[in-house]
Amino acid sequence: MAKVLMKGNEALAEAAIQAGCRHYFGYPITPQNEVTAYMAKRMPEVGGVFLQAESEVSAINMVYGAGGAGARVLITSSSPGISLMQEGISYIAGAEVPCVIANIMRGGPGLGGIQPSQSDYFQATKGGGHGDYKLIVLAPSTIQEMAELVQQAFHIADKYRNPVMILGDGMLGQMMEPVDFDILKKEENKIEEKPWATTGMGTRSKRNIINSLELDPQVLEKHNIEIFKKYQKAAKEEVRYEMTDCEEAEIILVAYGTIARVAKNAIELAKRENIKVGLIRPISLWPFPEEPFKKTRDHVKAYLTIEMSMGQMVEDVKLAVNGQKEVHFYGRVGGMVPEPMAILEEIKKIRGKK
Amino acid sequence: MDEKIIFAGFGGQGIMSMGLIMSYAGMMDGKNVSWLPSYGPEMRGGTANCHVTISDEPVGSPIINEATVVVAMNRPSLEKYEKYIVPGGKLFINTSLIEKKAERKDIEIYEIAANDIANELGNLKIANMVILGALVRATNITKFESVLKALVEVLGPSKEHLVSINEKALKKGSELIENLNDKQKSHLE
Repeated sequence: MAKVLMKGNEALAEAAIQAGCRHYFGYPITPQNEVTAYMAKRMPEVGGVFLQAESEVSAINMVYGAGGAGARVLITSSSPGISLMQEGISYIAGAEVPCVIANIMRGGPGLGGIQPSQSDYFQATKGGGHGDYKLIVLAPSTIQEMAELVQQAFHIADKYRNPVMILGDGMLGQMMEPVDFDILKKEENKIEEKPWATTGMGTRSKRNIINSLELDPQVLEKHNIEIFKKYQKAAKEEVRYEMTDCEEAEIILVAYGTIARVAKNAIELAKRENIKVGLIRPISLWPFPEEPFKKTRDHVKAYLTIEMSMGQMVEDVKLAVNGQKEVHFYGRVGGMVPEPMAILEEIKKIRGKK
Repeated sequence: MDEKIIFAGFGGQGIMSMGLIMSYAGMMDGKNVSWLPSYGPEMRGGTANCHVTISDEPVGSPIINEATVVVAMNRPSLEKYEKYIVPGGKLFINTSLIEKKAERKDIEIYEIAANDIANELGNLKIANMVILGALVRATNITKFESVLKALVEVLGPSKEHLVSINEKALKKGSELIENLNDKQKSHLE
């Protein structure tokens, strides 16, 4: 299989299958329906389970069960559907069950629209469900990277026994680009023993229990602290980002996913006018990469965060910059996408300020 | 090379397929490509469009704000996308369905009665391939051979029997451009 032209949604599904995922539960919603369609066709071919549940609430609890039994399991949806799953996601994190969840975001709030958006950043990175837990959140910006990150997501989920979220937008789900599955690392697809999984007693002497209920506050506090030790480890080991033209940049754009691609076009426009602009592209949204800001905040004039939201990731950018430089924001919402020319105008406005 | 092509028309005119075939051909030529469809309610009868980028460099935004080529298969598409074309860019108009003339003077305009030609060839559904054949010959964005290969790929085994009629349409479109001398460029029937 050399390069093939695939939709982001299809590449997501195929990468999961190649990563050893044999269980998919979902419920249709635009703009991620191609994942469901692809899995309906592919899963029977590889001896896996495809199940279209009666609702998102039901689907996420099937994921809880399959993950608890040690299976590599995937669930995908789009914004309103992901909201419905939040209770289950909190249970899964609390019970330390690995799984991969993909949110191919559309405009909100409420039913909103079906066009691309990035307005679920807070929900993905700051909780979403109840209780103290984190999702490790990865944001691809190309179809090739979608395939790479989905495979890494399964590996990370198993490593930390925690849900991992792929956060993309409708544009990334719907667009086609060449993708090469042969160049993906294969070692991440090896599934290690899961001695904690509920697979029946067998020769074990102790029962394995998957549960998120603990009524003794002392024990529950200890459980929370243990979970957060994992998050501290993830914050060190799972940070991913890309930096472009940052060394001599006067202004640095910060954008993730498809908007980072729009930002790259804006950088080209700025170059034509001799304005030096760089780009920091967080790939892991949690843990949020602070390093590239430490490296650049001494020499840069200001940062400009660009999102398809009213301003969500910009708060993490401000935390990372820690008041040392100005952090500006430009966003479009409701399915509208920032245009490179409009970003250039924002850059010029910032330059004009004393 | 950094070509940005917008294909637009009614849902059902084969707009997505034109873009797909072009993208496959670009990929076969070793270029970076992206294909972005409209996936809204327009798929169910309104206007549909897709944005195709074929480039030597990695593709930035898949959305096209400034097009080097626009294909307008119906009138609303011409009205919407004529202004997207960069000076010196190319506009292909399906005159079978569009009586209105293009207004721009700073672009190259190709008027092709694609539906009529398709009907003459025996299948209205291949009007899109008539225009695509003309586009490939007029722009040289990809090799004609690559488009023929891409056609087989996109149709797949289940529609293999449709390859020859589509090929015929592509070749007809290509011939229209070959037979064209510069003076006739804007009066092609």
